Amino acid sequence: MGAKLFGASVPRREDPRLLRGEGRFVDDIKLPGMLHAAFVRSPHAHATIAAIRTEAAAARPGVARVLTFADLERWMKPLPLFGAIPPGLAARVDVTMKQVAQLAMARDRVRHVGEIVAMVVAASRALAEDAAELVEVDYEPLPAVVDMLAGAEPGAPLIHSEWPDNVALRFKTGFGDAAGALKAADVRVHERFYVQRYVGMPMETRGVVAQWDARDGSLTTWNGTQVVHFVQQGLVAALGLPANKIRVIAPDVGGGFGTKATGYPEDLLVPAAAIVCRRPVKWTEDRREHMMAAAHARHQVHDIEIGARRDGTMLAVRDRICVDLGAYNSWGIVLPYNTVAHLLGPHRVPALDVECRAVVTNKTPNAPYRGAGRPETVYAMDRIVDCLARELRMDPAELRRRNYLSAADLPYELDIPYRDGNRLVYDSGDFRANLDAALDAIGYDHLRAEQAAARTERGILRGIGISGYVEGTAIGPYEGATVRMDATGRAVVATGACSQGQGHETSFAQVAADALGIPLDWVTVVGGDTAAIPFGIGTFASRSAVNAGSSILVAAGKVREKLAAAAAALLEAAPSDIEIDDGQAFVRGAPASSVSLERVVRSALPTFAKPGAVTADFEATVYHHQPTVTYTSAVHIAHVEVDAGTGAVRLLRYMVAHDCGRLINPMIVEGQIHGGVAQGIGGGLLEEMVYDEQGQLLTGTFMDYLVPTAMELPPIETVHLEYPSPRNPLGIKGIGEGGAISPPAAIANAVEDALASFGVRVTRAPLGPDTVRSLIVAARAKKGQP
Amino acid sequence: MTREIRLTVNGREHTARVEPRTSLADCLRDALDLTGTHVGCEHGVCGACTVLLDGEPVRSCLMLAIQAVGHGVTTVEGLAPHEGLSPLQQAFQDKHGLQCGYCTPGILLATHAFLREHPEPTHEEIREMLAGHLCRCTGYHFIVEAVEAAARAVVRPKPA
Amino acid sequence: MKPAPFDYLAATSAEEAIAALVQHGDEAKLLAGGQSLVPMLNLRLARPAVLVDINRAAELDYLRETDGRVHIGAIRRQAAVERWARERLPLLATALKHVGHLAIRNRGTVVGSVAHADPASELPALLLCLDGDVVARGPRGDRVIPAGALYRAPLTTSVAADELVTEARFTLPRPEAGWGFAEVARRHGDFALVGAAALLWLDGGGRVAGARLAFFGVGSTPTRGTAAETALTGQTPSTERIVAAARAAAAVLQPEGDLHASARYRQDVAAVLAERTLAEAWKRCRKTP
Repeated sequence: MGAKLFGASVPRREDPRLLRGEGRFVDDIKLPGMLHAAFVRSPHAHATIAAIRTEAAAARPGVARVLTFADLERWMKPLPLFGAIPPGLAARVDVTMKQVAQLAMARDRVRHVGEIVAMVVAASRALAEDAAELVEVDYEPLPAVVDMLAGAEPGAPLIHSEWPDNVALRFKTGFGDAAGALKAADVRVHERFYVQRYVGMPMETRGVVAQWDARDGSLTTWNGTQVVHFVQQGLVAALGLPANKIRVIAPDVGGGFGTKATGYPEDLLVPAAAIVCRRPVKWTEDRREHMMAAAHARHQVHDIEIGARRDGTMLAVRDRICVDLGAYNSWGIVLPYNTVAHLLGPHRVPALDVECRAVVTNKTPNAPYRGAGRPETVYAMDRIVDCLARELRMDPAELRRRNYLSAADLPYELDIPYRDGNRLVYDSGDFRANLDAALDAIGYDHLRAEQAAARTERGILRGIGISGYVEGTAIGPYEGATVRMDATGRAVVATGACSQGQGHETSFAQVAADALGIPLDWVTVVGGDTAAIPFGIGTFASRSAVNAGSSILVAAGKVREKLAAAAAALLEAAPSDIEIDDGQAFVRGAPASSVSLERVVRSALPTFAKPGAVTADFEATVYHHQPTVTYTSAVHIAHVEVDAGTGAVRLLRYMVAHDCGRLINPMIVEGQIHGGVAQGIGGGLLEEMVYDEQGQLLTGTFMDYLVPTAMELPPIETVHLEYPSPRNPLGIKGIGEGGAISPPAAIANAVEDALASFGVRVTRAPLGPDTVRSLIVAARAKKGQP
Repeated sequence: MTREIRLTVNGREHTARVEPRTSLADCLRDALDLTGTHVGCEHGVCGACTVLLDGEPVRSCLMLAIQAVGHGVTTVEGLAPHEGLSPLQQAFQDKHGLQCGYCTPGILLATHAFLREHPEPTHEEIREMLAGHLCRCTGYHFIVEAVEAAARAVVRPKPA
Repeated sequence: MKPAPFDYLAATSAEEAIAALVQHGDEAKLLAGGQSLVPMLNLRLARPAVLVDINRAAELDYLRETDGRVHIGAIRRQAAVERWARERLPLLATALKHVGHLAIRNRGTVVGSVAHADPASELPALLLCLDGDVVARGPRGDRVIPAGALYRAPLTTSVAADELVTEARFTLPRPEAGWGFAEVARRHGDFALVGAAALLWLDGGGRVAGARLAFFGVGSTPTRGTAAETALTGQTPSTERIVAAARAAAAVLQPEGDLHASARYRQDVAAVLAERTLAEAWKRCRKTP
């Protein structure tokens, strides 16, 4: 395959329309006769519903319908559940798990602030909101479970009455003799770490438009989702229609990050309303709704202990993990097991003992968000590693040098399965090399010297923090692609992957154009449309380039073979002598024989005079099998300055040295890293979804949920290492999430390092000024200082 | 309670039927079909809805449509030539200064006004200008480079 | 998030606006910049029946320097005042740079922010620091309300429901005065967790002839740090004296905690910022001839 475009930072083809303001996001869609929906959402964290009265609301001007559970009962099937335990995993790890599905609209009980109780459909959003205020709901509040640790205790109020307790999932796993190794260790360090609740917060909120065509009994729905086929499957189950009568389209989507990759009530309710009202219905989520109703994430407690020899060799890690799921366990094994599988990361640790509990609470349900358990686990591990370094009086970089795996150790197997039930084998990479590259690029030794000088000479507190991860990316088992060429040689690539800013229209076109031998702008990529390809999974888990890319590569290769056969017939040569490049086919070594692909394709069509030279089939569909993940890795280094008087943390520099295998489009890869890092820095310093003791969400607007701006972020420096993946034909690895994994850990380590003279220990995030100052004050008090 | 108002947007006269409570953002998007202006928060923080009012950036989610009568509004659609990209827009494509594109229109308009006042901006000045715009995709790194590149490309920006 | 319905009046004069306030009582709200009010409308936290828009009352759009004071009309935008203040009142310009972002300041008004009385906002504290006052006009005529008598509680001033604040006045500091400004905010442009503004000027003998210190984010209203002002006046400034004065001023504060910062934090850091701004003011005033 001519690899002209692979590896090139080709400017993005989606940019012109987005820059001209001609993108088509869900709220841009207007249909004749369209109505607008607003939801009545529970103001209580936990309550039963005694009655709902809708007459006053329904009487408001412009209101078409007010719908409650009773009105929509025929469609109220349980919402889809994810995260079933794969057989390979169940065979090796004993997991107790309970999942109870959410209903799209609460029937007689609400379990989090924001849960949907009723729906108003009206001539405008404003009129719908006017009416929604008049829906009367008689709630009987129940005690709310807000703290995951308290909620896990026997005797805590039950969120799902059919369960004996609020622990939705429990398992233990590990390898080696951790207890023995810890006992024998020269040094043991133990700490409890809290990772806060924080979220994806895309700039475009969610939205659904649904159009029911009564003439042929078909539904078209535009949905800002990352998972069009999942949404379609949910609608098939709820509406009782076949898939060919339900088309789900994700148009331009303004950011996803996982927040839009889960199943939501509105996915069903808006189509149901369109069917009931016999008119198109649009719902655009507002930001206040988004805060309380779009999936939350993170939120874990780790009680972690590490044992090591005096020379720093790590011997064992024991971790007791608690995960706060929110009100419903929609994602099953995914978040808890991701957490466990990624705990040890790049470190060589011969013994592991983990127990994990996942607890339901009266909060917005959690779903995977960029990193999906990895940021939390890396926080715990990198923090305890730094605590160990301090205990050993060893430089944290040196401690990691002594314990990181390097290329010579790979492939490296951990004796626990991966989440997909397959063996957990690091396939490629060099984590030592990542570390060395990061330290070198940031000038670590110089920073250390400067840190000491700044403190002694000017009383300025600077800190350096390191964090490293190994990430299983591109979970399979497939993302198919159809490649289809038309009469002019242009090709359409259809795939179940869809883009929320990742640039698939460009990077996938690069792969296809190279594989077909045509110019880049002859390729159109269609993602996020269930009508374009029947089976799909969606874009999340850093999976699309590997899974869809591999399918595209192979499918395009098959189309190229068909073109070569046709060209061979046309040019009277052997197919193996045909070259295709830049939209032309020619016999190798005889450039004058060159014919356009248009001519080649046309030659396959029958004419009155004769049949086609070959069958006019220039199409191929491939569902490349990706049984398990491929491993990306990185080391991040944060350089901070702390103002001890105010507790303010300033990020001076941020360095990423990473390996994601080969790069289709280096510019797009860098952009993904930058974006992930920015979200991670937000998690480290600013972002938190906060609930009070009654389960009321206190962070309800952008005034309180603090997304970092350009002033809170430094330039993000990147060093690329390249260890191609042996697990897919492109040699690439997933990169969508990695940037978000390490920043909270790197920043926490840096702040603790900056405040080393006070002897603080950082155990929670985000590190806002009050938190940092409190650490200093507490540390001073412990030392008996003012 | 609706009334008809006349708005001047991108140099052209438009008529729209609005309620007093209709925001300028919603009027542009719904009544005038100019959907390039995006709504991200409706409380003035995210900046996605930013348009130019008589050449100065304002939050169109915090203005009532009726308040824009008698003023000149510029939206992202007013930045683009009939076909292709303006030098400012081209700089953003060249430098990968956008990913999902949702925050982009607001940033483009703010940058357009900014470069008029700061034809040779420092990185610090650029970041301060960008601080009024939340982006969740890019980490701002390439946006800063795009604004720098635009400053070089847009030699003498015309006043709005 | 769409507002509840309201009627709308675009007043073309102060008189017309006041007449509407009188007619509608507390069913009416004034709309100037809208950068504080419209979010509240959108969140349905404010639900006036009538919105009285004063942006078309041209008589209220002015900025005049008279007799050592600057008079800022009700609809003069923060961004315009910032441009004027860079040369003429750098303390105010610096404070304004911390108010939201440019797009907010292009619509937001100085008088609006002063009258809105958010205890975490900068301008009410500047009004205190710069010996400011406002003119409130109502059916009974005009009255001047000094900054010290203006702020009652969060979002509550002594301006009556049927009054319109037509202008805010700030005293220009003496040419020899030094100024300081500092705030802690989670992000650039956010409301402050705590902040301070300071002025200091010396007599011919190098002793403090006058001092002003104002805090924001430290209680239910912006607060003068009179303990510091008193402690420093008549003294030769020194680092030790400034530290002691700052601590004395912070000690009497009664801040409230919220999601972003505890009361303890605000009180402790008020002392830190008082120290820093007074020191900054001292450094600046020594340089002036």
